[in-house]
Amino acid sequence: MKYIDEFRNLKIAEKLYRLINEEAEGLRRVNFMEVCGTHTMAVERFGIRRMLPENVRLISGPGCPVCVTPKNYIDKAIALTAIDDVVVFSFGDMLKVPGTNSSLLKQNPKGKVRVVYSALDAVEFAEKNRDKKIIFLGIGFETTVPTVAASIKYAKKKKLKNFFVYSGHKVMPPAMRLLAGDKEVNIKGFLCPAHVSAIIGTMPYSIISKKYNIPCVISGFEPLDILQSILMLVRQVKLNIAKVENQYNRVVKASGNIKALSLIDEVFSTHDSEWRGIGVIKKSGLVLSRRYSDFDAEKNIDFPKVETKMDKGCICGSVLKGIKTPPECGLFSKKCTPENPYGACMVSSEGACAAYYRYGAGRK
Amino acid sequence: MCLAIPMKILKIEGDRAVVSSGGVQRSIGINFLKSPKIGDYVIVHAGFAIEKLDTVKAEETLKILEELQ
Repeated sequence: MKYIDEFRNLKIAEKLYRLINEEAEGLRRVNFMEVCGTHTMAVERFGIRRMLPENVRLISGPGCPVCVTPKNYIDKAIALTAIDDVVVFSFGDMLKVPGTNSSLLKQNPKGKVRVVYSALDAVEFAEKNRDKKIIFLGIGFETTVPTVAASIKYAKKKKLKNFFVYSGHKVMPPAMRLLAGDKEVNIKGFLCPAHVSAIIGTMPYSIISKKYNIPCVISGFEPLDILQSILMLVRQVKLNIAKVENQYNRVVKASGNIKALSLIDEVFSTHDSEWRGIGVIKKSGLVLSRRYSDFDAEKNIDFPKVETKMDKGCICGSVLKGIKTPPECGLFSKKCTPENPYGACMVSSEGACAAYYRYGAGRK
Repeated sequence: MCLAIPMKILKIEGDRAVVSSGGVQRSIGINFLKSPKIGDYVIVHAGFAIEKLDTVKAEETLKILEELQ
């Protein structure tokens, strides 16, 4: 495919590996974090992590939206399916995530849970089925948020009274700032997300690079993008500088996408939000703004009571913070597999555990 | 979940467009794009184009990768 295949050229990849090795020679051991789950997936799929020199360690971050969605959210989403006239719409990734007793996939008796590609599909269903309450599970970071915001705006335009969003949306920079300041994780460079950055631009990373003295490189998702970005990070470390560089400038503008950003501002407002395994991060979540509160599931639907029990033995939290790698978990590839997942990191195809498992890293 | 692929705009109707890649065609929202045109490459995610792909910059990056020493 155009603008994908060109960025998978093996010869250039080999050259980049050689250059990374040459530049990293004699360097003290550094941790670079790939923040985004789509990067984690690509890094495993193309075997990048294992090909890097020993002193350049790539650790996975919390950028898998399904993985950081709290268990209580899953329990509440499952409970919604018990309401008679409710139909729950979700992105496919959410279905297998285990709640306390079940998952949306297991709890789908009469087509009460439906998978959509876009939030707009749920709005269209609501338009045709006015006797049903349609609840869309809003999961995802800045890449996805504008698409949900546009769908909510469309529902308002159509004066729909039966479309609601249960927002579990999150924004990336507050989590990155938290990790940047965490001595245990000890990050020496961020591989910044490609498409989150297409929306938010380069500015939010300037604060991270300045305040925490951590180099930030916005990277595309193809193997050459990732390798070039790692090389850029290594070169910054070597020169002892910390600035924001934009490797993915074919898509990401410094200003981000202003139209999408203003739409997010119009439809959502920030609040303190819980990240599974990490805890509450200030101003890291999005709820519907007052202007759009008629579409807020939490304000308009009477949620059944749920009791959430925390995970035992699952180290998802440490994996999401990059403190531990999946094979360091006692459950990994034994009790916890993609077919029978314990934690969310094994469920989502973008979760670090699922990516490690699928491509064979650390499997026993 | 942030995966999004470059697709080419074939047709524009109001705030929607028909895009194509690798033989697949799709109708998407183009609400967030600034003056989209037929022939533009856009990054498609969850039914919407989230940004344009600058083909000149893409070629520049490929040239840099080619020449990198």
